[in-house]
Amino acid sequence: MLRKLHGLPGLVAALLLMVLATSGVVLSVVPTLERSAATVPVAGELSVADLAERVVANYPGTEQIARSLSGEVVVYYTRDGHPGADLVNPLTGQGIAPYQPSAFLRWVKNLHRSFLLDDAGRMLAGVVAALMVLICLSGAFVLARRLGGWNAMLRPIAGSGSPRIHAELARFAVIGLLLSALTGSYMSAVRFGFLPDGASTELSFPADVSGGTPAPAGTLSALKGVDINELRELVFPYPDDPTDVYSLSTTQGSGFVDQATGELLQYQPHSAGNQFQHWMVRLHTGEGLWWLGLILGVVALTVPVLSFTGLRIWWQRRASCIRLGESASIEAADAVILVGSEGNTTWGFAKDLQGKLKQADKKVHCAPMNDLAEHYPKATVLFILTSTYGDGDAPSSANQFMTRLEHFQADNGLEFVVLGFGDQQFPKFCQYALDVDAALSSKGLQQLHPATKINRGSAPQFREWGEVISKHMGIPLVLTHNPAPAVTSEFELVERVDYGVAVNAPTSILRFKPLQSDRNLWQRLCFRNRQRLPDFEAGDLFGVAPPGDQATRFYSLASSSSDDQLEICVRKQTHGLCSGYLHSLDPGDRIAGFIQKNPGFRPAGGATPIILVGAGAGIGPLAGFIRKNTQRNPMYLYWGGRNPKSDFLYQPELGRYLDDQRLTGLNTAFSRSAESAYVQDAIVADEAALQQLIEIGAQILVCGGRDMAAGVRQVFDSILQPMHLDVDALRTEGRYLEDVY
Amino acid sequence: MMKKILFALGLATVMALPAYAQARQVTFTTQLKNYGGDGAYLAIYLTDADGQYQGTLWISGEKSKYYKHLRDWARGSGLNQAEYDGLTGASVTSGRALKVTLELEDALIDSGYQVRVDTSVEDMRDNRSDVVVPLTTEGSGKTVSGRGYVQSFVYGLK
Repeated sequence: MLRKLHGLPGLVAALLLMVLATSGVVLSVVPTLERSAATVPVAGELSVADLAERVVANYPGTEQIARSLSGEVVVYYTRDGHPGADLVNPLTGQGIAPYQPSAFLRWVKNLHRSFLLDDAGRMLAGVVAALMVLICLSGAFVLARRLGGWNAMLRPIAGSGSPRIHAELARFAVIGLLLSALTGSYMSAVRFGFLPDGASTELSFPADVSGGTPAPAGTLSALKGVDINELRELVFPYPDDPTDVYSLSTTQGSGFVDQATGELLQYQPHSAGNQFQHWMVRLHTGEGLWWLGLILGVVALTVPVLSFTGLRIWWQRRASCIRLGESASIEAADAVILVGSEGNTTWGFAKDLQGKLKQADKKVHCAPMNDLAEHYPKATVLFILTSTYGDGDAPSSANQFMTRLEHFQADNGLEFVVLGFGDQQFPKFCQYALDVDAALSSKGLQQLHPATKINRGSAPQFREWGEVISKHMGIPLVLTHNPAPAVTSEFELVERVDYGVAVNAPTSILRFKPLQSDRNLWQRLCFRNRQRLPDFEAGDLFGVAPPGDQATRFYSLASSSSDDQLEICVRKQTHGLCSGYLHSLDPGDRIAGFIQKNPGFRPAGGATPIILVGAGAGIGPLAGFIRKNTQRNPMYLYWGGRNPKSDFLYQPELGRYLDDQRLTGLNTAFSRSAESAYVQDAIVADEAALQQLIEIGAQILVCGGRDMAAGVRQVFDSILQPMHLDVDALRTEGRYLEDVY
Repeated sequence: MMKKILFALGLATVMALPAYAQARQVTFTTQLKNYGGDGAYLAIYLTDADGQYQGTLWISGEKSKYYKHLRDWARGSGLNQAEYDGLTGASVTSGRALKVTLELEDALIDSGYQVRVDTSVEDMRDNRSDVVVPLTTEGSGKTVSGRGYVQSFVYGLK
């Protein structure tokens, strides 16, 4: 619901918003330009009387002097019967240049406030501004929900691509955008009479004019009392009309000045409503607040990017919905499938299940687990198909599920069944599925069948499960989904660097070059790039299966697309089929493999200090992060090996990174050397420094074997204890990431 | 723009003219310069020979809150809404002409009254008495120039 409230107005308004924002950016620099060209006397240096005297000396036919909030002073005059307007220097009263407002800026201003369509366009612009208020507020709520509450708003944002860019930019810009949108809506509402117009009622012409001989402007006491920086406008009396008066308006109020006595007549201070309206306009335009204008301009620059990424997100979400086929409504469904998925694999199984249930005349509602409704009035069975993310955590489409479950109303008779997807290699295989199973049971729902685990997307296991469910439900359910094997590309080994043979831990850094770049121009033009390698970053995974073996192994990448190379670091396992295969390769040999994104294992951007921890071949992605740290953000590496003479992986590179400050600090521990230490020991030895880094918000990334990761967690828990923190607390803030194998 | 307004009532009350007065149709044509700004606000009104405000003929411009920029007219009329009720229309775009036809009491013509036009444009100067021209039979059809945004002004008596 909240997401729709964010997306729908965004869709409707995207194009118009881009026009408003772009024109707004242009207008935002106007106050700064005006201010930089204006001479602003210090307070108390010049009164309006002084100014009038100096101006009249240069312009005897002065009719009006106006001062903008930026400090520009314009004099309107008549000379030899011809009207004119000049910018003047307030200190001398001398003309600087003829005053000619820019036709371009006038056009941009009209584009901004009315799309060049007069009143109808103004109304449209007002509606778009109001939609923008809605988009900002709903977006803030969506983001808060995603990050886990309002006090989590500054946490690092996980993910990649459009959603990440959208969230990061929006978080930076939302307050400024909200200010622009609110003030713009307000101005529009006032213009069309939906809100009271705060402009004070006009003063009537004073009845008690002395009518005496006019005195020179510079001697009038009422004008002497006003500092030039408070002046908005001074309108001169008609020449040769002793009954006429000066009209004076200042930032404080307005009134008339008797041209003979210099007395202030009928002065009225601005009403509170007037002041309020005035400030709303200033906060919108930045008039006289050049710095605010610039901030709002920068913030408005994000709108085209936000619109574009927002549309992309919407399109991607829509595209993944279409693939699912038609889904029954929450109210009508008699079977509900909820999917927890990080990539998209689980959806394939869900789609198969949905299709087969439909064939059995079921009305099926299929949705991400995060969209759990409070109530499914007609449903008799609830299917949960979910993977597990990281160390037993919820995948992204289920990360709100447990919270939403608190408000879930279970009907009598609603049965549930949980199907978990995962990889047996991992210690917490399908842990999240088991947690969900337990949570649903404790909610009082009936279990249709105990939670089942599917290893590595096994089609036979899925079919078997379908047969069991078929018996429970008394309907035919022949599940046939077989996750399509990933589309592989060819790679050629270009270089290998071997370490660790002497200490019985042969580990190699392997560098591959993708072969598809050999496609000729014609193939490129024909868009035959369906097998194009996706972009990747250090920390993503490279999937390889040795010849004649079905099971794919994943290796963390130490390089990014921009390196034009795929770099992995592989330790040869004693009976390892795949690691043995990789270690047998010579430069020039070719292998097949594919990229799998791993957005959950990335260092936070910006100045956040990064603590990298690894052992053995786990250094691969960490070295990749350091290599990419061209911003020279603080990065510290703790790494454990066996012997500095044999398996000090990346030793020359790390030295270079220390020299050019891509790496701030390096701590090593070697188990088969004189010190006989593990990486945990290096961490403990540095306890105080690490506490300080964590204090200021450091993020910790751990990569390596399972046992090492457990040991590292333990030492960090003890380091964090005096700070009343633990690893789990950091983990929920996205400050403790693991890539464990 | 062509508007036909029965003006007799408006000025009759101000000037206490005899009830049997004859009315004449007068067409005022105001051609604006290409001053290169947003739509202009105009006030066309009558004054006596000394420039004292007598009555409003026509106001161009939708938003009454900007009427104060039609300065002489604003001072004379006191921005009193009763002065211009039913005598308003849209603002006039740069380079375009405004044509207004009204019924005026015979007694207003050749009696020393002047037609004046005040003009104003957003973010640009205000022109009080952009046009000043006596309302006479002789002056009918004779084009005069304005000093502000008005290129030319002419009225025709029927």
